[in-house]
Amino acid sequence: MSIILDKVNYVYSQNTAYEIQALKNINLKIEDGEFIGVIGHTGSGKSTLIQHLNGLMRATSGGIYYNGQDIYEEDYDRKKLRGKVGLVFQYPEHQLFETTIFADVSFGPKNQGFSKKEAELKAFTALRSVGLAEDYWYRSPFELSGGQKRRVAIAGVLAMEPEVLILDEPTAGLDPKGRDEILDQVAKLHEERRMTIVLVSHSMEDVAKYVKRLIVMNQGSVMLDGTPGEVFAHYQELEAVGLAAPQVAYLMHDLRKHGILAQGTATTLEEAKEAILQAFKK
Amino acid sequence: MLRDITIGQYYPADSVIHRLDPRTKLMAAMLYILSLFIFRGWAGFAAVTLALVLVIALSKVPFAYMVRGLKPIAVILVITILFNLFLTPGVPLVEFWKLSISWQGLKNAGFMTVRLIYLILGSSVLTLTTTPNQLTDGMEQSLKPLNRLHIPVHEISMMMSIALRFIPILIEETDKIMKAQLARGADFESGNLIKKAKSMVPLLVPLFISAFRRANDLAMAMEARCYHGGEGRTKMKPLRYKKADGAAYLLSAAYLAGVIALRIIL
Ligand SMILES: Nc1ncnc2c1ncn2[C@@H]1O[C@H](COP(=O)(O)OP(=O)(O)OP(=O)(O)O)[C@@H](O)[C@H]1O
Ligand SMILES: [Mg+2]
Repeated sequence: MSIILDKVNYVYSQNTAYEIQALKNINLKIEDGEFIGVIGHTGSGKSTLIQHLNGLMRATSGGIYYNGQDIYEEDYDRKKLRGKVGLVFQYPEHQLFETTIFADVSFGPKNQGFSKKEAELKAFTALRSVGLAEDYWYRSPFELSGGQKRRVAIAGVLAMEPEVLILDEPTAGLDPKGRDEILDQVAKLHEERRMTIVLVSHSMEDVAKYVKRLIVMNQGSVMLDGTPGEVFAHYQELEAVGLAAPQVAYLMHDLRKHGILAQGTATTLEEAKEAILQAFKK
Repeated sequence: MLRDITIGQYYPADSVIHRLDPRTKLMAAMLYILSLFIFRGWAGFAAVTLALVLVIALSKVPFAYMVRGLKPIAVILVITILFNLFLTPGVPLVEFWKLSISWQGLKNAGFMTVRLIYLILGSSVLTLTTTPNQLTDGMEQSLKPLNRLHIPVHEISMMMSIALRFIPILIEETDKIMKAQLARGADFESGNLIKKAKSMVPLLVPLFISAFRRANDLAMAMEARCYHGGEGRTKMKPLRYKKADGAAYLLSAAYLAGVIALRIIL
């Protein structure tokens, strides 16, 4: 089980004066059960990339394979693919439309052909797993705060029970508490259901804390791909393209430079604490 | 699919036509449309074609891009052709069933089609080479005399420029909402008419909400910057005629005179 991107290119408004190549020769393999972070400066092609993964956008050239099957094949069921590769967009306002939150979340499973009862059961489970209090469920989705809307939007995709969950900047515009809550829920989904997660984010700190593999996009190409530790070791290159490693990575680098630490590629505060305490114990 | 809509779209390029004053272009477009209804016969046809080809070539807008704007009127074109073809009286050329086509009908259909196509192409030269802002500026300036009749010229042109500006924004928004709903398994294509109409609800509700929010935000932003209508308002870039504009006026007038002369003489 995997998603493979083979030499994917994408050009917006091809053959006009506004032509923009948003993806340049992308080769990627996303394995089952991975927790991947995608970072990159604004306009680097992150949103474009993830919309290819569930077949919403069609690559200008190149191929995409889901579980070994070419998704661009004539008789491939792309509607079904969208149920398996769930995509939550950057703005929840773009998908909320029903009179109640509960009805809105049942929209996905209903489209998949489940009966009303089954769809509601799935909506129930999904709303539970994003941690939205039950007294909200029968209110209008337009009365919610930004963070709550985000949760409902995530639940709307989770209700389809996808195998892969892709989130486009799920924490933009949230306070630190709301941000941690949403990311913790996502991490829980990953651990409990072995769901493959792709998380697009601007925040290095967030990404370092949760993901196991990090893909850095720059001007439409994959610039770096590896564990957060490996990627942050290239902090100079990251800075050159307007990104920065988490503060901790700088601290660890300085400690290594002054010979206080022998090694260590800690990327989160916790790991750094461990490593430093270890060093002083000796 | 939605991106095929080219109404009110601007095509950036650096050409003589792009640099003309919007008022000049408005007037020239109007004269051209007038000439389309005046011309008669092959010589007149040659004249209007030549003028259009010349202006398109000068504008540096790719011809293929222009032709895309014709797609939405294809239906109107077909209806016009059919009506002219079958309903013009005259000596029948071919006859089948209860219908007949006469030489006169054939000619009428041909010229009507040319008129319509040239009309659209001619006016799209104007919109493609003029930014919406310039266009409304030009319109406001040209219509200023109507102010005396208590017609709110400034407000009307402001409304027009906002509407034009919002077309691409709303198209983009529709595209995004469509994708968000497709990702949840929505289906906008299959099914009968009723099912299709119903499937529009998940698209239209977020679109309307977002349009109202945008309108609200815009009104607030305008008020926050003390917008109070056209009275006493000056422009950052006032329109000024240049030498090329004089030449363009002269050429357009000469062209129209030529087309009229051709009609009278021949
Ligand atoms: N609908 C569109 N039409 C034309 N060009 C587009 C469109 N959407 C994106 N682009 C262009 O494609 C490039 C990549 O955009 P994309 O949205 O994938 O960036 P991103 O990495 O998601 O940025 P952000 O962090 O701001 O969300 C940008 O240069 C952008 O201007
Ligand atoms: Mg984006």
